Amino acid sequence: MEPVKGSLDLKDKNHQLTLKEFPYIIRWRDDRCTRCGKCTAVCPVKAIVPNVRVERVVSSEGPSPMPKVTRNVVSIVSQVNDIDRYCTGCAMCQFVCPNAAIEPEFNPEHKFLQFKNKGGDPYKRGGRRNDPGPSTLDKLKFTRISMLTDPALDAGRHEFYLKTFLGRILPPENLPLKVENGKLVVDKGQDVFVPPVREVYPIMIGSMSVGALSPPMWEGLAMGVAYLNEELGMPVVMASGEGGMPPRLLKSRFLKYFILQIASGYFGWDEIVRSLPHMVEDPAAIEIKYGQGAKPGDGGLLMSSKVLKLISSIRGVPMLVDLASPPTHQTKFSIEEAVAKMIQSMSMAWGFRVPVYPKISGTKTAKAVLNNLARNPYAAALSIDGEDGGTGAAYNVSMDKMGHPIASNIRECYLDLVKQGKQNELPLIAAGGIGKKGNLAANAAALIMLGASMVSVGKYLMQSTAGCLGDENNRCNLCNTGRCPRGITTQDPKLYRRLDSSRVAERLVDVFRAADTELKKIFAPMGRSTELPIGMSDGLSVNDRAIAERLGIGYVC
Amino acid sequence: MCRLAAITASEYFSPMENIHALETMKEGHDGSGMGLMLKRLGGFAAKLKDYPVLSGICSADGLIELDRFMKAKGFKEVHMWNPRVKPVPGIRKKDCYFAKFYEYPPQHKESPLKEKEELLLRTRLALRKMGEKDESIVVFSFYPDVLTLKEVGDPLALGEFFGLEDGELKAKIVLAQGRQNTNYDINLYACHPFFIQGFGSMTNGENTAFVPIREYLMSRGVPGYTGYQSDSEVFTHILHYTVRELGFPLSYYKDIITPLKREEMEARMDRDALIMMRQSLRMLVIDGPNCIIGFTPDGSCFMVQDSKKLRPGAVGGVKGKYAFMSEECGLDRAVPQRDRSLDVFPMKYDFVTVPSDAPEVKVWNQLKGL
Repeated sequence: MEPVKGSLDLKDKNHQLTLKEFPYIIRWRDDRCTRCGKCTAVCPVKAIVPNVRVERVVSSEGPSPMPKVTRNVVSIVSQVNDIDRYCTGCAMCQFVCPNAAIEPEFNPEHKFLQFKNKGGDPYKRGGRRNDPGPSTLDKLKFTRISMLTDPALDAGRHEFYLKTFLGRILPPENLPLKVENGKLVVDKGQDVFVPPVREVYPIMIGSMSVGALSPPMWEGLAMGVAYLNEELGMPVVMASGEGGMPPRLLKSRFLKYFILQIASGYFGWDEIVRSLPHMVEDPAAIEIKYGQGAKPGDGGLLMSSKVLKLISSIRGVPMLVDLASPPTHQTKFSIEEAVAKMIQSMSMAWGFRVPVYPKISGTKTAKAVLNNLARNPYAAALSIDGEDGGTGAAYNVSMDKMGHPIASNIRECYLDLVKQGKQNELPLIAAGGIGKKGNLAANAAALIMLGASMVSVGKYLMQSTAGCLGDENNRCNLCNTGRCPRGITTQDPKLYRRLDSSRVAERLVDVFRAADTELKKIFAPMGRSTELPIGMSDGLSVNDRAIAERLGIGYVC
Repeated sequence: MCRLAAITASEYFSPMENIHALETMKEGHDGSGMGLMLKRLGGFAAKLKDYPVLSGICSADGLIELDRFMKAKGFKEVHMWNPRVKPVPGIRKKDCYFAKFYEYPPQHKESPLKEKEELLLRTRLALRKMGEKDESIVVFSFYPDVLTLKEVGDPLALGEFFGLEDGELKAKIVLAQGRQNTNYDINLYACHPFFIQGFGSMTNGENTAFVPIREYLMSRGVPGYTGYQSDSEVFTHILHYTVRELGFPLSYYKDIITPLKREEMEARMDRDALIMMRQSLRMLVIDGPNCIIGFTPDGSCFMVQDSKKLRPGAVGGVKGKYAFMSEECGLDRAVPQRDRSLDVFPMKYDFVTVPSDAPEVKVWNQLKGL
């Protein structure tokens, strides 16, 4: 349709938005501003600009009022009302302002989504579901406290076993053991496949790719992981996300702390396969990504602006092209055939020495996947990623409206395994929204007590180790644009030089040490220290009858 | 704290010895119940060793039902023992306390032991189910040469109530536990010791990992892994699972319930097996303060502690008579003539056993595997 031309065009302001439509409104204080220009320079979306305006000043001099009007042209900072340059509320302007003259204010009456689809292109962003309310995980309480009936444990003094197993575990009846002189020995004569099993920390770093994260961010996490393992004896593992890893790391002894992910785009796997003969250690595991909690049914996307030299070499693609992974694996015809084959192929590549497990998004059909994997002796685990999981890039509608919460999904899968007597054979990895409100250890402990063997955490760690600004009021969430103001999800050196990888590593260690103490503080009063309280659901309660019934836990009020 | 008193001897003795030992350990108002489990029976029962003994409590109607059921299943009653119950204040008398000795049904007389054990277990469970609703039939054990008595009340008063002082009832192994389960509802099925197919055990403490262990045991497909009115019943079933179902030597019970740390396993010759067991049997790792005393079908008795040794426990005696007590004063009462300096106080790595006929006490150290 042709735009209307002529004088009417000038009078019609209906196509313009008022600032009240915007999710964040800039509060700028003329009296405090020194016009240094730092805020307008730092704004990642150019939502604020240096501007001028005419000020009408009425003044009076002399003994009797003699009002005099003067008009001054003054420089100001103003917010633009272009929807493509909406203020994201990141507050970098406030961060750099030397005089506390500027800040964004959340506007709960905004009509952002009504307009953010220019050109018929739906709103895309990074982050996770924009729901500021507490999740089910945050409503759960630990209510079975041993106190007077029996001595409780001391989190500071007693030893705690805070480790878990990643890998397919044989049922005790199938162990290739025999008795010799009153001792159990491994019977090498029995033709039994003993799957590889890793003893790891129950909180792992969830998949965030080298391309999605900036070099210092990824490096920082990797250094922190090495420190946790080698200096503190905490066997924390980290998943690579799609897109491979730097070749030097693949060939290093540190590979054992990393889980390599293969996703539908197979990015990075040329390099991984080429590195195979040179690997001095096996990776901790292989994760086959079939789905992501934050954007079920949506594929991955790495924007062209992020595909620079390092990323293009790791992924084996030309520079500056959009890298879209399909929503599904193109080879996947059925779970019975293709998934089993993929698990076996991956296992075979490392001589069946590495656990291989699928990751799916939380879904009502999770039990179907689970039951299939439970019968596949090569499936090492099942990772389920709930709707509160994060992503670097997705359609807003996928993030806000698609997906399944993790709590009931994990619980029903665990109870299904219990029914089959396989609750210790196929470990469940829970992900999606752990630490959403800052309660990393409590959320992790709750999921473990609902039946997870371990949890996988991404966004909480980005926030706590690198100061990611994103929140559920759609603050920042610019990860998909490559303009991350913190330098976390960008390949632009001007932005990522803001991030010090050593600091990220240090913070990661802080976070894990603190979580370790908190886990002990939760497990000690409940009397669990020799093993993780996997499935210890009697320790949990909630003040919501419907949740209590659905999860099979106590109701308290 | 629950009181535990187990005695194993080469000569028959009265369970009153255990009750007197329990009495020395009495503290405050912990007399909410008692369970007695006798193995290797003496007196009148010495000649009836091959006949399975059904121990329980019935209402008058329940007894008729029970007899009808047992007859229909082909079990022929050869002897019935009833305690001479004396009214004692504070103890509510049930209609019938009994131990019935049966002949196996004709078609099972020549069956191998394992098959007979399955039959006895399924029969006991069927009876339990029959009487569960109205508590008209309560059965504790059904096995040759094992007799069980349980009731709510103070142990010493219960000894008088059951008329145990007359010396009619004797055995070479007696497990006695005073105080009912306090974590859950008071129920006769929650009263220790617990029994399954030749394995018996009792505990004091709190099994904080009860729920996942219960779920794991119940999903093993073993019919006897049921009940669980007490969190301690799982200890008996883990023992049964370890030795009978998995065929592991007894000492591995300790390795399953309180596994060594990975680095501690290195010193053990059987570390490869331990590493596999640690993974495959992790759902059976216990927690909380627990002292477990039990016996196995061959008449060995044992005491084992939780991984932090949060409960007391002492073993001592002389050749031919050893006692396992939750406190040392119980030992003083049961075997006063022993050399106290030889008493064993099992620590977190110890697994203390006394073989049948109580020739000696053995301490197996988990760290060394010896």
